[in-house]
Amino acid sequence: MDFKPKIIGFLCNWCSYAGADLAGVSRIQYPPNIRIIRLMCSGRVEPYFIFEALKSGIDGVIIMGCHPGECHYMTGNYEAEMKYQLLKSLLTYVDLDNRISLEWVSASEGIRFAEVVTNFTNSIQKLGPSPLKKIDKDSELLFNLNALQIAANDYRLRALIGRKRKILDEGNVYNKKYPKEKFEDLQETAIYDEYQKNRIILYLKKENLSVKDLSERLSIAPNKILEYIVDLRGEGLIDLKDIQELTPYYTAKQEA
Amino acid sequence: MDEIRIGVFVCHCGTNIAGFVDIASVEEYVKTLPHVVFTQRNLYTCSETGLLAIKNGIEENKLNRVIVAACTPRTHEPLFRGICSEMGLNPYFFEFVNIREQCSWVHQKDREKATLKARDLIRMGVARAALLEPLEKFQIDVKPSTLIIGGGISGMTAASNLANQGFEAIIVEKDIELGGQLRHHHKLYPGNMDSQEILSIIEEILKNPKIIVHTSSKIKDIDGYIGNFDITILKDEEEIKFGVGTIIVATGTDLLKPKGLYNYDGKKVITQKELELLFKKDQFNFKNIVMIQCVGSRNKERPYCSSICCMTAMKNARYIKEKNPDAEIIILNRDIYTSGTYQETYYRDARKMGIIFSRYNESKLPKVSEESVIYFNESMKEEIEIKYDLVVLSTPLISYGESKELSKMLKVPIDEFGFFLEAHVKLRPVDFSNDGIFVCGTCKWPANVPESISQGYAAASRVTRIISKDSFTVEGATAWIDQDKCVTCEICLKKCAYKAITRDEEERVIVRTVLCKGCGVCATTCPQHAIEIRHYTDNQVESQITALLEGDLVE
Repeated sequence: MDFKPKIIGFLCNWCSYAGADLAGVSRIQYPPNIRIIRLMCSGRVEPYFIFEALKSGIDGVIIMGCHPGECHYMTGNYEAEMKYQLLKSLLTYVDLDNRISLEWVSASEGIRFAEVVTNFTNSIQKLGPSPLKKIDKDSELLFNLNALQIAANDYRLRALIGRKRKILDEGNVYNKKYPKEKFEDLQETAIYDEYQKNRIILYLKKENLSVKDLSERLSIAPNKILEYIVDLRGEGLIDLKDIQELTPYYTAKQEA
Repeated sequence: MDEIRIGVFVCHCGTNIAGFVDIASVEEYVKTLPHVVFTQRNLYTCSETGLLAIKNGIEENKLNRVIVAACTPRTHEPLFRGICSEMGLNPYFFEFVNIREQCSWVHQKDREKATLKARDLIRMGVARAALLEPLEKFQIDVKPSTLIIGGGISGMTAASNLANQGFEAIIVEKDIELGGQLRHHHKLYPGNMDSQEILSIIEEILKNPKIIVHTSSKIKDIDGYIGNFDITILKDEEEIKFGVGTIIVATGTDLLKPKGLYNYDGKKVITQKELELLFKKDQFNFKNIVMIQCVGSRNKERPYCSSICCMTAMKNARYIKEKNPDAEIIILNRDIYTSGTYQETYYRDARKMGIIFSRYNESKLPKVSEESVIYFNESMKEEIEIKYDLVVLSTPLISYGESKELSKMLKVPIDEFGFFLEAHVKLRPVDFSNDGIFVCGTCKWPANVPESISQGYAAASRVTRIISKDSFTVEGATAWIDQDKCVTCEICLKKCAYKAITRDEEERVIVRTVLCKGCGVCATTCPQHAIEIRHYTDNQVESQITALLEGDLVE
């Protein structure tokens, strides 16, 4: 086997980085593929770090934090988990979700750290090289990944995840508590919508297209595309460019 | 901006690194990286010679960034940062690359790959170092006083120690009197000292003008930060407010009441604590005694070992045997935990006295009926019935329910069993991650009296490091909000576990730097990307990711 996976690990300083140190002190051997980036808390992991890593051809990304209830910053690992779930959902659209992982490793779990790294390395080895390693700039995969990254970075999904715990635990501004399943459905729908809207914007940045064109490219029914178009125009992200033989053509604003 | 001049010091660590990584080739490679103007290999970078080499390196080459590629930043970073400071370089211009714990020690069988990994890690460090920014540390005033929550032996030890050094200590105790669990104990192992003797400290405390004691009181609210905590307590329905510089948490633990276990009734089946009460009242009059260990502990619900019950059972069994050599005592156990030679001798002596120790298995728990205990003897592999007139259950120490509430007020973590979680088990055993707050005694983990006392001293000693000075320096790696991007949605306000984000008088959302711990949760949450975490900025982290792929290793 020639393929040597490149793996990035984002580790929190207090539990998992200490666990990695303990693995070292105990001389536990594990595959040399992982490169660790130390952060103070797993809650510091920006979803876009993972997008950047994947886009530059990293084969796998693993995030490690303190066990639930043991976070040095009390709840940072729960924040990390929520963001991880978002990432996982987003990456399913491009079949890259199995290249990321979230694990809890405590400062006393040197053996567990080595096991986690070994297992993750093996699973990436089995998957083979990242499809983004050798890819041209115009590939559909990169295009879709960019749309997902913008969605993850945008206000709507971040605000939704940001308010998730409060809405689930304390209720919304009307003190109305949301059932978890219902919230998760809502989250999935939001993820899907944001993904498709950003694909539309990216297409419209390249050329002017009609609803019919977009419907073909996105494989989505024209009426749904029209809904997105109305939304995006309302948000001021796209404009009507011109009308040819009764068909409106749209364009994206460059700052969008 | 000045030219970036990076110096990289690669450590051999004797043979710890050099034995498994080709350090010479790593150094040659590092020379080729951008902004690197100086490299050096050192046998031990942390030695006097190594530190001097860094100082000379900075001076002779006008370095403005220093990288040490050696062991883990978790132990040595403060040392190297200190050297940078000494040389007039901002300590945040120092970057640590871990090529020992996370490289040479874990890839000992593959020199080539370990060497390549060391190169990658240093390249990532160099990329990050180029983007580092100087940060300022803040000075804050410190009130030279301490709040001690809990008036048990650990808290009292800390209070008396602080007071004897001339510092004011305020004890807040929820019970009507000081003393904690020790009030219920009879004798103490291993020296057989009477617990009342140790409790004589109470008189000392009450007499000491430097110690204020609030009994029948509980904490209502805690605000502020290291050096300037504002405390509100409730004493007999009355609110009292005061300010302190530091806090010691010494709330202790409760003992599990074995309700529903082994026919516990408090009369013929009792706990060790109730047994000691009988001793104290001189009401003990039993001849056939069965003790059962690990009652309600080391099981699914509470997998931890309470660590004091074995010795407690032995202490009480020995006391009975000394008073009445004809008494028959059998201690049913899963394992016996006696740490240290002294406790081990104590155990052997107990066996010599005729106390029987017999093992049972977790899967076949003993059964207590009206007159006898039936258990499966692990060594003989058969069921045995013992007639008893008293069964004593050894139950574990468990956290008080209030710990959770207190942990929220203090903004410090507790573990899944409700015990307080220290900043680091070995390196900072009585500190919390939140500055200015310390912990001692059994509220942290089951401990015996000598341990609780020494932890009390330890906490007092950590506190004096802070309150003996007029001011305290706070970490500079904190969050910062870009007011141009902020839309005051306040999502971050609710996310911050330390309540460090607030509105200022102009209604802007700002970070109170002294409260911020730099975890970064607010930054990753902000929908506007308006929050930057200093020293772990988006750019700095991104540079590490990009640098990794710039290497020569990409297939």
